Amino acid sequence: MGRRAVLRLGDGSAFFGDGFGASARRVGELVFNTSMQGYQEALTDPSYAGQVLTMSYPLIGNYGINSTDFESSRIWAEGFVVREASESFFHREAVRDLDSFLAKYGVPGICGVDTRELVKRIRKHGVLPCSVEVFEGKEKGGEVSFEYSSVNFVEKASSSGVGKFVPENAEKMVVLLDLGVKRSIVKELNKRGIGVVSVPWNASAELVRSFEPDGIVVSNGPGDPAILTNVHSLVRSLSDLPMFGICLGHQCIAHAFGGNTSKLKFGHRGSNHPVYDLEKKRVFITTQNHGFAVERVPDEFVVTQVELNDKTIEGMRHSSKPIFSVQYHPEASPGPHDAGYLFDHFLKVL
Amino acid sequence: MNVKRALVIGSGPIVIGQSAEFDYSGTQACKALREEGVEVVLVNSNPATIQTDRETADIVYIEPLDVPTLKKIIQRERPDSLLATMGGQTGLNLAIELDKWGVLEQYNVRLIGTGLKAIEKAESREKFNALMKELGIPILPGFCAKKMEEGLEAAEKIGYPVVARPAYTLGGTGGGFASCKEELEPILERGFNLSRSGEVLIEKSVLGWGEFEYEVIRDSADNAIIICNMENFDPMGVHTGESIVVAPAQTLSDRDHQVLRDAALRIVRALKIEGGCNVQFYFNQETGQYGVIEVNPRLSRSSALASKATGYPIARVAAKIALGKTLDEIRNPITNTTAAFEPALDYVVTKIPKWPFEKFRGSDRRIGTQMKSTGEAMAIGRTFEESLLKAIRGLDLKEPKIEKPEEHLFPPTDLRIFAILEAFRRGAGVEEIRAKTKINPWFLGKVKRIVEMEKRIAREGLGADLLREAKRMGFSDAQIGKLVGKSEREVREKRKENGIIPTYKMVDSCAGEFEALTPYFYSTYENENEAKESGGRKILIIGSGPIRIGQGIEFDYCCSQAAMALRRMGLLSIMVNNNPETMSTDFDSSDRLYFEPLTFEDVMNIVENEKPEGVIVQLGGQTSINLAQALSENGVRVLGTGIEGIDVAEDREKFRSLCEKLGIRQPLNATATDKEGALKAASEIGYPIVVRPSYVIAGRGMQIVFSPEEMEKFIGQAMDVSENKPVLIDKYLDNAFECEVDAVSDSENTFIGGIMEHVEFAGVHSGDANISIPPLNLSEKMLRKIRESTRELSRALGVKGFVNIQYAVKGGELFIIEANPRASRTVPFLSKATGVPLVEMAVRAMLGEGVENSEPSVNHYAIKGVVFPFLKISGADISLGPEMKSTGETMGLGEDFESAYIKALQASGISLPKGGAVLLSLRKEDREDGVEIARKLAGMGFEIYATPGTGVALTRAASVQVAKRIGEKCGPDEMDVLQLISSGDVQLVINTPTKSGNSFSDGFKIRRRSIEKGIPCVTNIRTAMEFVNALEKLRGKELEVRRLGEYGGEKHG
Repeated sequence: MGRRAVLRLGDGSAFFGDGFGASARRVGELVFNTSMQGYQEALTDPSYAGQVLTMSYPLIGNYGINSTDFESSRIWAEGFVVREASESFFHREAVRDLDSFLAKYGVPGICGVDTRELVKRIRKHGVLPCSVEVFEGKEKGGEVSFEYSSVNFVEKASSSGVGKFVPENAEKMVVLLDLGVKRSIVKELNKRGIGVVSVPWNASAELVRSFEPDGIVVSNGPGDPAILTNVHSLVRSLSDLPMFGICLGHQCIAHAFGGNTSKLKFGHRGSNHPVYDLEKKRVFITTQNHGFAVERVPDEFVVTQVELNDKTIEGMRHSSKPIFSVQYHPEASPGPHDAGYLFDHFLKVL
Repeated sequence: MNVKRALVIGSGPIVIGQSAEFDYSGTQACKALREEGVEVVLVNSNPATIQTDRETADIVYIEPLDVPTLKKIIQRERPDSLLATMGGQTGLNLAIELDKWGVLEQYNVRLIGTGLKAIEKAESREKFNALMKELGIPILPGFCAKKMEEGLEAAEKIGYPVVARPAYTLGGTGGGFASCKEELEPILERGFNLSRSGEVLIEKSVLGWGEFEYEVIRDSADNAIIICNMENFDPMGVHTGESIVVAPAQTLSDRDHQVLRDAALRIVRALKIEGGCNVQFYFNQETGQYGVIEVNPRLSRSSALASKATGYPIARVAAKIALGKTLDEIRNPITNTTAAFEPALDYVVTKIPKWPFEKFRGSDRRIGTQMKSTGEAMAIGRTFEESLLKAIRGLDLKEPKIEKPEEHLFPPTDLRIFAILEAFRRGAGVEEIRAKTKINPWFLGKVKRIVEMEKRIAREGLGADLLREAKRMGFSDAQIGKLVGKSEREVREKRKENGIIPTYKMVDSCAGEFEALTPYFYSTYENENEAKESGGRKILIIGSGPIRIGQGIEFDYCCSQAAMALRRMGLLSIMVNNNPETMSTDFDSSDRLYFEPLTFEDVMNIVENEKPEGVIVQLGGQTSINLAQALSENGVRVLGTGIEGIDVAEDREKFRSLCEKLGIRQPLNATATDKEGALKAASEIGYPIVVRPSYVIAGRGMQIVFSPEEMEKFIGQAMDVSENKPVLIDKYLDNAFECEVDAVSDSENTFIGGIMEHVEFAGVHSGDANISIPPLNLSEKMLRKIRESTRELSRALGVKGFVNIQYAVKGGELFIIEANPRASRTVPFLSKATGVPLVEMAVRAMLGEGVENSEPSVNHYAIKGVVFPFLKISGADISLGPEMKSTGETMGLGEDFESAYIKALQASGISLPKGGAVLLSLRKEDREDGVEIARKLAGMGFEIYATPGTGVALTRAASVQVAKRIGEKCGPDEMDVLQLISSGDVQLVINTPTKSGNSFSDGFKIRRRSIEKGIPCVTNIRTAMEFVNALEKLRGKELEVRRLGEYGGEKHG
């Protein structure tokens, strides 16, 4: 590769390694993900906007990049930190390697780093501001400060117009509030014969109702849910409809009905998080990607699911209306399909 | 569920395909059950297990694993439950049998964990296939054809290429691979002839497709999780036990992985597994096509590997599930989080098998669907290259020279990985190797990078940056040294000068996400070292590495016991080992576990990181004692017997002068460093002689030589095995009694652990002999002499800790054969027989405590039996000699010799029904004894068959039917010997080989045929004689079972 790279953390420490992807410098919030596969899905997940992503699994890029596993049209992570970015790759679907993929979207990558040390540091100190720079010759450098919670990433991640994703056999129609949606959510809905009209994060209730939806999906997305006050009121005003919230959508529903959220020390990002369903009395292994969590559910809601390890709230439902939401990603991608039943449930209540 | 007393069945002796992993899972299960207040009754015939320690289970039975014996135990102990999924296929089959014979019902024993219906569904091909069809999960399409047209039609339907193999032949004999009709026809023709049922199975060939395994746990509430997935480096066509296996899977995209994960979960749910289960898949990397190969509804070799690879204690959790607990209720003791959690790895694990071919001259080295390896080495690294290189060096193997790589690439041999490396060195490309081996190019690319690094090192020399890069890739100092013409020491110094030292990372099952409490580490060259030097008095125990013939589970037993002993003494134990199957590498066996290769470099690095008070080298067999010298030279305190003492014991010349000084007789002996010297020494001593290399495991390269001509042929080989060390030449004492002593000494006083006598005459390797305590033929005077010599020698060698001494007795004279200043194979057997915790005593002695000048009395008989891998190693001669060939041991206990001996043999698979025929084929020297054997057998109602020569000699004993020689023309009612063996009438074969038996001899063929037909074959006349004597004495008597500790009048518990 020949290029060097440096990861500088807000605490003043620096990690040097080899550069790949784009020769560029970016700042963001440093987070880690423990999934052992699914790097392409993670990189293109809009929820990573504003974040530099570290993979705890050391070998990344083994099966290249394909043309299918895009969760959006581009890479959202600000930078990518790995122990080894595989020089060679092999997969029947692969069309390019990780290096050129990052380069194409202008994202810098650093490899050769002791990523386990980074993970442990994040675990101990919480998420940190950081910069990643890939350079030839001399490092340019710059500020490493970054205030994640003050930025409205949804504004960037949400689509600007209305999108229609309607399968031929669609029997139901929902409106999806796009806060930075992963394509897999739309796919899961379509797979069940649910047509999807996606509207931007700042859509009006009138626009939503103009599509005469059978229900509402509040999508995942990046950033602090507390600052999305217009989304809270939009959700509130649509509460006569069946509603399903995922991740940021779940947090927004909590806010909309009077609950609140708080930032976790280092969040949950991975494909192995056990969630206990208090009603089914069953454990599901889920994909998670969130830095905030619902701290208190609204009065009209009951907690339906909790994370087994730290007991954070992972799911809730309205006590009388067909409104429910989960903190994790039932659409998986990457990750296990254990929680796919939630989409079936949503179809039932439409 | 109310379980009060549970029976746990172990897996019996170590055999190829069923090894120490079941001691590990069984012991973990026992601990887990007892934690929940369940009283555990444990049955296993293998004494060399931690499982059969009195501390592991509440009640221990060391008895043969068969239905009648288990029935007696159930009758006696009345357990309310049976846990059958911890003892491998042996345990599972026994549970099925017990159920079939109504024993479980009769005594109200409930099977806990995965139920019989699930087991049956998983094991019966037909039922399993039906279930997969129901679930819509693909399996290999296959048909069973009886006629040529049927076969061809089936192949068309399935689509070429296909594999055709005759039904019910052993190890796929006569099968073949066909890519078109023309190739299939001859295979079918041959197959219909070979198959007993006249049927040929035709299956879709997935040769070369990817192979993946998923380890799954499910509980009674239908929660199910994947603990680990693993990818075989060697594609389909090579048994997973014979493959290099990598965890986690490296070449699957998340979508691929989820397809297999979903299928695995659906299968275990449909089967209603309650506990652990292994699901194997084939996966076509070109098309994404996949299917199930098979499932194992129990703990397995793979589950042990998955446990060690992830840190997740599968057996422990499975045992708790068997008691009705659900995953969310069980804690993961590592992270103190829930057990309902799928481990995330942040490293790469590579497992590589260890094969025994070096022990079996002339055997077929090809690897395939039949398992032949005896053990495995595992390594952990942060890159694939690092973990692969560490795994290879963990094999404790001299790097083989590959002359013609293509001969090992396909069909693969045990040397394939070395051949791939060599092919890359000679300039081959990834595509070329891929075309031949079908190995995934991602893996091949990585192997090629290793070779590129070799070339860079050779070209550029030892620059600090390159050195660091090479170390990060997993190169050893010795390997780098070889490339630049420097010694290991020089590379090591250069490395340390540049601050290139390893860091240690924790295996925590969660990729660092949670703070973990596991003291389980591996080395890598990274930034942060997590294994910070801890306070306290620490002792490092060096393990014994992969299970191999001659260095088996016995040594792991000693190491695990030592860790427990240190704990009791208030010291901290640090374990280093690289065998994923065993107890010693369970993260809670020691205070700290380093999962590392057992080379000087790797061990020294740990010493430098931990700074232990001392290192124990006596317990890990030859592997660990071989490190003593180098460690000591580097200032490490080797505990126990000093380096000088070890050297005297292992150096023939020095040992001879010591024996002379002490007046202890040795057989005439000499050493030689070249061929001429050896021939000269041999003729001076006089043939027959025993020739052996020094410092080797289990008599490797050792042989009895009867003439100068034979010596000419053999000596080169022995020199080769011995490397630069001298070859030892001893006078062979024929018809001598052999006995051995395991003792613990403080260099002044010596505790005699026991004097054991071999059933066979001297000349059969101690590891292959049936061994009795108390001894059978030794006078009180001789016993006294043995004790005296043992004590004198221990003092003279300055033994602190273990010593094992082998003696021969001939004509009332005592000869010393050898002394090993370390724990021997018989230590666990002896501890079980006498109830004395020898390992703890030895550890205390190593640390300076005194021992008593005494010896336990044994008021019953304990016999060590042996099991051999001859069925699995095709082409190997099964006759016994000074080179060890057995893989495992059994133990028979009784109030008298006969019942103990019969039990030991029975547990090793040698038993005789009440009637039938016995075939004798004896060398001349044994025919006198043969007469008595035949008389007794005939007296018990057995029909006697004999080969022509033997037949003539036996006619005076009994009415003997003489079989025709092999290949001799037979009349319509006549059979030659091989046909006779195949006919099914013969229940036992007694065949003693002539001195120079080769693979063309009739004897060789007789022995191979018996093994292949599953007929017990005894190859030593003394073994046979004692067997027949015992049978005669015990006629009409029932063998009793007792708890360990009850024999010899000892009271309960």
